[in-house]
Amino acid sequence: MCLSIPSKVKKIDKERNIAIVETFGVEREASLDLMAEDEVKVGDYVLLHIGFIMSKIDEKSALESIETYKEILEKMDKEERQKTILEDDNCPNRDC
Amino acid sequence: MLELKNLYDDFRDSKTIKALSLEIEKEAKKLNRNINIMEVCGGHTHTIMKYGLPQILPQNINFIHGPGCPVCIMPKERIDHAYILSMQKNVILVTLGDMIRVPGSKGSLQSARRKGADVRFVYSPLETVQIAKDNPNKIVIFFAIGFETTTPMTVALLETSINQNISNILFHINHVTVPEVMAELIDGREKNQIDAFLGPSHVSVIAGSQIYEQFPLKYNRPVVVAGFEPVDVMEGVLHIIKQFNENRCELEVQYKRVVTREGNLKAQELINRYFEKREFFKWRGLGNMPKSAWKLRDEFSQFDAEVVFQDILPNKEIDDHKLCICGEILRGMAKPNECTIFGTACTPNSPVGSCMVSSEGACSAYYQYGQFQ
Ligand code: SF4
Repeated sequence: MCLSIPSKVKKIDKERNIAIVETFGVEREASLDLMAEDEVKVGDYVLLHIGFIMSKIDEKSALESIETYKEILEKMDKEERQKTILEDDNCPNRDC
Repeated sequence: MLELKNLYDDFRDSKTIKALSLEIEKEAKKLNRNINIMEVCGGHTHTIMKYGLPQILPQNINFIHGPGCPVCIMPKERIDHAYILSMQKNVILVTLGDMIRVPGSKGSLQSARRKGADVRFVYSPLETVQIAKDNPNKIVIFFAIGFETTTPMTVALLETSINQNISNILFHINHVTVPEVMAELIDGREKNQIDAFLGPSHVSVIAGSQIYEQFPLKYNRPVVVAGFEPVDVMEGVLHIIKQFNENRCELEVQYKRVVTREGNLKAQELINRYFEKREFFKWRGLGNMPKSAWKLRDEFSQFDAEVVFQDILPNKEIDDHKLCICGEILRGMAKPNECTIFGTACTPNSPVGSCMVSSEGACSAYYQYGQFQ
């Protein structure tokens, strides 16, 4: 029941209080009934649930998380590299 | 450049999951104890099992699967209501897809449909508007289920039908709330072993992270609100372990990209305008929980199917199947594979208990992903 894929707002139809959003290339309508007036704008990323926009996605915070993961990954890569060197240094089969 | 569009790959990236699992391993070594983390939400249970997270976590970190699956906690009494309503002449019963196979004492809505009842499963509550307009001589009953996440959508449907003067939509409200049951699980009669909570994602989008502030303060249990992707869950687990290592007990939000302290204020305002808390609501397997569910305010009782049809809706209590241990599972006291009929008499195709029905249910997740550890 819980999808958490971000959708991008393409168009807003004020009269019907709906937004046209795009999710992975698929366009669909979503109700704006749960959002404050003018809170959602074209270009925003939003979270959809059973036909409603339930919140905006804070792009900055999402990208920050991804940055952190990239750092962890780099750190891991470094550790892994060191580990490999160390293993190589201690390799009992050095002579063969 | 980083773009949000690709975000979901990043939050499912197997290398990141591995990197986090190494971090977790390091932190977990410093703990001199086991930690039991309850993921309250069925969406988390699904992610945990789908990505095999228990296998890549250290031995001393254990998940307890919580009661956060709206279909799983729906007691037979309420499903019987849906069944009975659907069998009335000139009634169309509308509900969300997950409800289709949940067995009540008379059968599921699917079996009601086979007997000729007009039961329709919709993706969005708003589809009910069109159904009502197309069938002006029938009563359309929206059987509303779900946690904080789906509650405002039901209210939006009610408001739309009031604004558009649609008089043939009624509501059977089964919306439940999370914090009360979390409190009951650590404070209740039967003690279980919950050391920390992984807080639900979308419940918090609506209700805000504030609803968990009581848990570190009053109950001494850390809460980390985490997103649904595997990387989110792993990061949430890491935050929890760090709290133990650093002697902290706090509420943290890992899912900052959508969760704020206050939540969606417009949605909350809508809920409070039309709904009020019930004194009690029976949760399947857990029994009566005070103040843990909503009902329509008296002013709107003309829209309340429970009021309009009160003469035909029973309120006698019904017991669950003798062998089903959904209750213990939902309380975090047993795992699905401890049930004697798990995977034999009870499978997703013929579920005996509700935990086997929805893909968010613990039994179904164990069955589907085959991790019967
Ligand atoms: S396997 Fe089936 S009967 Fe057993 S606890 Fe799960 S839902 Fe109930």
